[in-house]
Amino acid sequence: MLVDIQNLKIGFKSRTGFHQAVKGVSLKLGTEKLGIVGESGSGKSLTARALMKLLPKSTVIEADTLAFDGIDVLSASERQMRQIRGKRAGFILQDPKYSLNPVKTIGAQVAESWRTHKGGSRREALEAAVNLLEQVQIRNPQVVAKSYPHEVSGGMGQRVMIAMMLAPDPELLIADEPTSALDATVQAEILRLIEELVAERGMGLLLISHDLPLVSHFCDRVMVMYSGRVMEELKASELLSAKHPYTRGLLNCMPSLIHPKDRLPVLARDPEWLK
Amino acid sequence: MTIEIDNLRIRFGEREVVKGVSFDIEGGDSFGIVGESGSGKSTVLRAMAGLNEDWQGRISFSGEDAPQKRPPSFFRKVQMVFQDPYGSLHPRQTIDRILSELPLVHKMDRIDDRIAKVLSDVALPQNARFRYPHQLSGGQRQRVAIARALIAEPEVLLLDEPTSALDVSVQAEILNLLADLRVERKLTYVMVSHNLSVIAHLCSQVGVMVDGQMVEQLTAEDLRLGKAVHPHTQELRRLSVELEEPV
Amino acid sequence: MNAAFRTWALSEAPSSRRQAAWGNRYRAWLNLKGNPLGMIGLTIISIFILMAIFAPLLATHDPATQELANRLAAPNAAHWFGTDELGRDVFSRILYGARVTLGMVIAVVVLVAPIGLAVGCIAGYFGGIVDTALMRITDIFLAFPRLVLALAFVAALKPGIESAVLAIALTAWPPYARLARAETLTVRNSDFIAAYRLTGASSWRIIFRHIAPLCTPSLIVRVTLDMSSIIITAASLGFLGMGAQPPSPEWGAMIATAKRFIFEQWWVPMIPAIAILLVSLAFNFLGDALRDVLDPKGN
Repeated sequence: MLVDIQNLKIGFKSRTGFHQAVKGVSLKLGTEKLGIVGESGSGKSLTARALMKLLPKSTVIEADTLAFDGIDVLSASERQMRQIRGKRAGFILQDPKYSLNPVKTIGAQVAESWRTHKGGSRREALEAAVNLLEQVQIRNPQVVAKSYPHEVSGGMGQRVMIAMMLAPDPELLIADEPTSALDATVQAEILRLIEELVAERGMGLLLISHDLPLVSHFCDRVMVMYSGRVMEELKASELLSAKHPYTRGLLNCMPSLIHPKDRLPVLARDPEWLK
Repeated sequence: MTIEIDNLRIRFGEREVVKGVSFDIEGGDSFGIVGESGSGKSTVLRAMAGLNEDWQGRISFSGEDAPQKRPPSFFRKVQMVFQDPYGSLHPRQTIDRILSELPLVHKMDRIDDRIAKVLSDVALPQNARFRYPHQLSGGQRQRVAIARALIAEPEVLLLDEPTSALDVSVQAEILNLLADLRVERKLTYVMVSHNLSVIAHLCSQVGVMVDGQMVEQLTAEDLRLGKAVHPHTQELRRLSVELEEPV
Repeated sequence: MNAAFRTWALSEAPSSRRQAAWGNRYRAWLNLKGNPLGMIGLTIISIFILMAIFAPLLATHDPATQELANRLAAPNAAHWFGTDELGRDVFSRILYGARVTLGMVIAVVVLVAPIGLAVGCIAGYFGGIVDTALMRITDIFLAFPRLVLALAFVAALKPGIESAVLAIALTAWPPYARLARAETLTVRNSDFIAAYRLTGASSWRIIFRHIAPLCTPSLIVRVTLDMSSIIITAASLGFLGMGAQPPSPEWGAMIATAKRFIFEQWWVPMIPAIAILLVSLAFNFLGDALRDVLDPKGN
């Protein structure tokens, strides 16, 4: 089991008291594609960050199990975590603009990421970088390797991020809203690319998104979160027969191009869901 | 209020970002502009609102050509709602102060009543009035932004991606509100969005922009039925249809 | 009463403008109260201001009365901080000196902050040629070393407190203008300012009602941090004989005249020095605390 989370709770202390953001989430992930879907404040990103121990020190994290490939993350040292982060698990964030170093060429950044994990000479690293850029379907990798992040589009930037994350051959890829900042035409391409690479390399994928129908196209299983809890977990192919009113509500309240609705149904939140 | 845009051109420095865009909107109608980032759709909307004073061509409301620099009375007729409800409200002013600015500038009477009325029109509780934007949720803030536009009693509402920063459940509430307001107040809408379904839901006419040009105009009905001609529109429609349905 | 005010002010749903404003003030005060260094600074400054106001009541002697038989006395029961080279009571002179020194500082701030704010906001909002012109003028003033310009200015006028205040103000405003301009640039293209332009409001209304209030918190912080350097410039001018004139008991002038006794009767120059140090330090503490308190995201 690549990821095993049992009864994860995440809370924040503030001046006004204690705020419980994640209230007992459990999930297991092997070499498969799991989508975590929820609205803002559902705790979906926090869950993924807790797994990589990327939350600020003041956060209170409790769990019966929080393990990456059998390693207990809660008791792991910072050194052990560095072995996992970036090397065994890659993390792709929403906006590549903020994740890439603006003063270094793209090639140099990908090469550096490759060299940190694989060693070897600068030349080898640069060749590997171009090869990686080719793998993420960049048409002219030589040219892109020599450009700076601000010279490429958002979609291209996200491809570069993916290339960097792939350099050390990770076992798990966590993508947190990887396409929310991108245009519709690019969004599908990037998600398809992630899906293909994950399948090819036999990796696990944790895809975090607010877009339920979108996620279902690129994942095997979907977990729906609301207010720090898991509402429902189901196969992506069975989404249309979802049972939980929240999942159904989320699907129904979206406007549709082919099934026009006069009025959009409004999601009625039931306090019972949180019991 | 009929709107005519004729051969609108806008350049930022050397680069022309809007390359001769023309379209007409009947009074009381709603027109949607779809396009990807950088297509110039928001730039067109901002020029219509009078936020960009450096354009060429013709923008006219009810047959009257709008000057580059709009007179204050213009803003009683045309108002705008912005994309990001977090960035479009002054962070250190109460909702009351935000809403009272336009009535004060135009020396309107019964400001207190007007604010109370407009808050109830957008279904905000009266006790939100003296709160600060950071004390409200994203959906509530967008309602405030709509209220601020409505207090001018405008005839035209320009909507710049009004729901793209919101959760889908909140988006549904805001879209319903906008649809109701249009009927009640006989408003004319121009909405910019990258989301085809949202545009088709609220607008009867759709214009598709690519690289500073409006490559196609069609009715939302034709868009739904797949009667688009331009390959970019077809591609956008295909993606939208494919991804909006679960597997 | 106190508890009632607390619940009223901290209400999540205030029902009037006044309640919302008090709520905001009360939250800022609670924040400041939670900052020990800031409270120490505020206490020291309050004590000095009270001392300055009530100097005639608190003073044990007339600050100008000379007692030549009892000059350079060590602190004792009659003269708590001792006497100076003319036998004047140092404690009383510190009290009256607080009036002069703090008065100068406040006068400088009152002159400087609005000018800096206005120049910076106008330059930042209009941009283009207005910006270039205003900022080059600012640069010219910024290019002069503060003390040298102040000295030249005082020398051209007649030495005295008024000239010192004017001279310091003349050299102190450019950083405020720069700061206000930078703050203005970060907000002038924001959607909420665009929304105000869509009300048909004039540029002046937007600048002074909506942009300037956003620049004031950082300006207030900068002012409190600058207070100490204004005190020191005022003291330096006094020390060089260009500020307050004898027998006016200005702290800097007191150090200047007593400096030759530093080895034998060290308390004479030391006591005004400690006063300057305390006030400067207090303003620095308060400035640091205000930086946190006035950050809108902090409350």
